Amino acid sequence: MNILRKVVETFAHVMPDRDRDELIQRHRFLGQPISRLDGRPKVTGAAHFSAEYPVEGLVHAAIVYSTISKGAIVAIDTSTAQQAPGVLSVITHLNAPQMKVPPPFSVGDSPSSGTTLVKILNTDRISWNGQPVAVVVADTPEQAEHAASLIHPVYAAEPGVNSFEESIPQAKQPKEIMGEAPEVKKGSADVILKDSIHRVDLTFTTPPYNHNAIELHAAIAIWDGNDKLTLYDTSQFTAGTAASIAGVFGLKTENVRVISPFVGGGFGGKGGLWPYTQLCVLASRITGRPVRLTPSRAGVFRIVGGRTPSQQRVAIAAEPSGKFSTFIHEGVTAQSTDNHFPEQFSFPPRHLYAMDSYRIAQKVTEVNRVANTFMRAPGESIGTFAVESAIDALAYELNLDPVELRMRNEPDRDPVSGNEFSSRYLREAYTMGADKFGWKNRPAAVGSQRDGDWLIGQGTATGTYPVYRVVTAARLRINADGTAHVQTSCQEMGMGTETVQTQHAAERLALPMEKVKFEYGDSTLPAASVAGGSSQTISVALAVHEAADNVIKELLSLAQKDSESALAGAKFDDIHAAKEGIFRRDHPHLGQTYVAILKHAGKDFVEAEHKTGAPLETMKYSMHSYAAQFCEVRVHRLSGEVRVSRWVGAFDCGRILNPKTAVSQFRGGIIMGIGMALTEETMFDDRTGRIMNPSLAEYHVPVQADVPHIDIVYTDIADPHTPLGAHGVGEIGITGVAAAIANAIHHATGKRITSLPITLDKLM
Amino acid sequence: MNNFTYLRATDANSAVNLLAANSTQGAAARFLAGGTNLVDLMREGIETAHALVDITRTPLADVHQLPDGGLRMGALVRNSHLAAHPLIREKYPLLSQAILHGASAQLRNMATTGGNIMQRTRCYYFYDTASRCNKRAPGSGCDAMEGFNRIHAILGTSPQCIATHPSDMCVALAALDATVNVTGPAGERSLPFSEVHRLPGNTPEIDTNLKPGELITSIDLPASTAGLSSVYRKVRDRASYAFALVSVGAAIKIDNGTIQQIHLALGGVAHKPWRATIAEQLLRGADATSENFAKAAEAELALAIPRRGNAFKIELAKRTIIAVLSELTANEGARQ
Ligand SMILES: Cc1cc2nc3c(=O)[nH]c(=O)nc-3n(C[C@H](O)[C@H](O)[C@H](O)COP(=O)(O)OP(=O)(O)OC[C@H]3O[C@@H](n4cnc5c(N)ncnc54)[C@H](O)[C@@H]3O)c2cc1C
Ligand code: SF4
Repeated sequence: MNILRKVVETFAHVMPDRDRDELIQRHRFLGQPISRLDGRPKVTGAAHFSAEYPVEGLVHAAIVYSTISKGAIVAIDTSTAQQAPGVLSVITHLNAPQMKVPPPFSVGDSPSSGTTLVKILNTDRISWNGQPVAVVVADTPEQAEHAASLIHPVYAAEPGVNSFEESIPQAKQPKEIMGEAPEVKKGSADVILKDSIHRVDLTFTTPPYNHNAIELHAAIAIWDGNDKLTLYDTSQFTAGTAASIAGVFGLKTENVRVISPFVGGGFGGKGGLWPYTQLCVLASRITGRPVRLTPSRAGVFRIVGGRTPSQQRVAIAAEPSGKFSTFIHEGVTAQSTDNHFPEQFSFPPRHLYAMDSYRIAQKVTEVNRVANTFMRAPGESIGTFAVESAIDALAYELNLDPVELRMRNEPDRDPVSGNEFSSRYLREAYTMGADKFGWKNRPAAVGSQRDGDWLIGQGTATGTYPVYRVVTAARLRINADGTAHVQTSCQEMGMGTETVQTQHAAERLALPMEKVKFEYGDSTLPAASVAGGSSQTISVALAVHEAADNVIKELLSLAQKDSESALAGAKFDDIHAAKEGIFRRDHPHLGQTYVAILKHAGKDFVEAEHKTGAPLETMKYSMHSYAAQFCEVRVHRLSGEVRVSRWVGAFDCGRILNPKTAVSQFRGGIIMGIGMALTEETMFDDRTGRIMNPSLAEYHVPVQADVPHIDIVYTDIADPHTPLGAHGVGEIGITGVAAAIANAIHHATGKRITSLPITLDKLM
Repeated sequence: MNNFTYLRATDANSAVNLLAANSTQGAAARFLAGGTNLVDLMREGIETAHALVDITRTPLADVHQLPDGGLRMGALVRNSHLAAHPLIREKYPLLSQAILHGASAQLRNMATTGGNIMQRTRCYYFYDTASRCNKRAPGSGCDAMEGFNRIHAILGTSPQCIATHPSDMCVALAALDATVNVTGPAGERSLPFSEVHRLPGNTPEIDTNLKPGELITSIDLPASTAGLSSVYRKVRDRASYAFALVSVGAAIKIDNGTIQQIHLALGGVAHKPWRATIAEQLLRGADATSENFAKAAEAELALAIPRRGNAFKIELAKRTIIAVLSELTANEGARQ
């Protein structure tokens, strides 16, 4: 750990906690199941997604993808393509202007969202199978696609590192993983394991997965002269995209406007700057026309990364009581030859269980594949599969109920950092979930339930995901007519951002929701961070809270210019927002409405812009969300087919701000986890590094018939150290799901499957 | 996708004539039915037809009874319509079931009987023009042989190709002794269903025994297979909307514990819908016992050749055959 971080951490520990926010107790809008404000525009088609903006004179671009994973382009004949109908331009490394490589993804003060260091179209080198080697611009998308299909570069292929498995012996320990040490240890884990009677030692593998949001990635680029650009891009991070594109093309960041209010499913796949955006801007610059670039589904597979494959070992030794005496979690993930993202699969056990000794470590290898990236709960989703499967195995070894084993290892403090938990009610979540599921009726013995040819089993697993908060800016304005505007560059990916933030601002300002307008998805608004890490809701909420305080202070001083004012002499602490204005706490009928204050002051509005401070609280406390996942599966005795028949997810995620949108997020996460566990896998051909199933027909996401009814319960206990007492809820849902399914399958069949996806051939 | 000429046929003859008139050496023309397979393949650059003859307006979309008690189904009957047809549901429920196990409701609304028979394999390497594939580019090699072949064939394969025919509907047609009626430049003829699709041999690029320019006009089902007890069982990677890893269609008649009539076909295991003639032969006249079913399944799969990814299909096929026949026996027993 570097010294600066150490200093900051020390500071964080002595820093006083934020004042308790009284809104944590309020329930006028917050905590209500309010329907999504973006619902109606979406179902009526009024909401525009990136590719749908009507732009005059729009032309279209298509990408040519490499068909080798490593080597060089020796020749690229574009003459036929150039003469194809409608073609305006064909761009390759031979004629593309020099562009800068965007710096790697960062959410800090200089945001950036680079995904690969490969010099797209500025090099003859090939680093992955699917790397863009040319872009064709034509009048229609069909003409562009057709002309692109006429380009067949000649390559000098070299042997690439195509196979993850074969790359494992070359794995190295990265310097750090998201600021954390790649390896943490205490005591002699190996010795304790060896000498232990009760232990498990299992190796797990998870395959690569790809993003398959329904909205394909898409961009429209419109230049205004040579130094200004408007970009409609399906981005989870408008500020990062704007800064990165500005860097690539040598523009001022404020001259790049990225518009992305609606994202049709992100899940991390739209957090980084993927090559299509840069190529769209390039195509527009070269042709001098507004250009749209929408890669096909197969194109998205080739140029947008997904989840790394992993190999993980989990070895646990326990005393007869079940108390863990040592815990080993170690393994390897992959990144591409040109990015740095060792996915943090080893994070869950660092915070989940009380352990006397441990060794938790991870390594990473480099392969010639498209750069890996964030995918819903990166790290925790695959990490919990290994850890929670191993714990289930240990429960059988000890003849203990799997819930009971976990409860016997509940820690008082964070087992690795030693920090206090900010809010941890996993025990309560287990109690609620077990109750709802009827866990006590589950027979302990494996293979003891059957319905005809179907073997039935029930499984459980813990899920966990950190609380992240990121520096975020917001502007808040109260107008003379008593309405409010809240602005920040954040995204609505369908999770309910607009709704929840409107609920919050209305509650905070004591306005009806109709009088609050929340504007977002535009990089020219005050900068929000990436809509990722389940951080957006609380990060924006804090910025809005602090901006609102500033606006109210300003209004108070305006009101106090009038010595007759009911608020005369009141300090900020003496008043609060109520009844569409500012009122005294001790005399609730004494105060003035916003309209009255502004009218008297002769002002059109009062506004404040505010940027939040660094999330020091996450260094002082161990801050996490938790899930207790319960499921029932049916496994066909003969064919090995698995059907998930029942699900209860019990969540401890602080206070739930909107049960309707939150429950959708939990369910969505669980459904994605069912796919991860049973059906999804990106098939990279180890001979060529090529993805062989780049379509929704062959890459099997769950269909309706694969998804049972899902019951959700939650503790709804406010975290005193987070804005609004809330946690993010976008990612926790998928964690623990694969393990719960694998554990239920074991309960049904006696078979412990340690490699995902659990296809029927593994159970025959 | 290349530019192509779009032509519309009004009846079977005009379809055949338009196709012949627009086919030249090396430049293919194709019949366009539901388009759910052909259009995808054209988009991927796998089919490169320069002319399409749309046959969806031809009057080949009805189902009617034949004088001998059989049934005739037009080549343009939509899969969804066929599956829901009262005569099919009453007399050949196996066919109805098989169709409903295929694709999705939206696709079945578009797909036609003729198109379903003529659909091409879902082999990953066939679909990827950057890969070597003897079916798509004869003589280029077969990347599936040492690649991803979990979904590939175990029976009747050749060193040139291990692709499967992906249809569910065709498994039922194979089991039910269907006949396919075609018309072409050389006139009309009929093929027993078992002779429609081919094994890959040295010419995997040729899927069927239809001659160039021949149009399927209808499919007949005989009275002899009407009203049998039947089951279609499809084993796949998700609950719906996935092709069969293995499927089994069976229709049976049992009298006093003895198998009088048996029609058994497999899907997902071969380059054609696989009529299990070896198993049928062993079972016809035999006792309907699980030992006999196991023996028959064993014999049928004796010549199966596994690859790295698909060895499990051998056992899966055997188990599924046994399970389906056992279920039918139990049903029959309950009926008697
Ligand atoms: C995502 C997806 C999933 C699917 N899943 C399944 C599944 O699970 N099970 C299954 O069985 N099928 C499945 N299918 C395949 C589907 O059943 C076929 O695409 C469909 O049956 C083809 O019929 P069509 O009328 O659309 O044919 P077209 O696409 O119109 O034609 C297909 C071929 O048949 C030829 N043709 C059409 N009609 C005639 C005729 N009358 N005479 C001669 N030649 C003719 C055409 O020239 C063309 O070569 C799936 C398809 C998709 C896209
Ligand atoms: S199995 Fe057949 S279709 Fe697949 S690659 Fe080989 S030759 Fe082509």
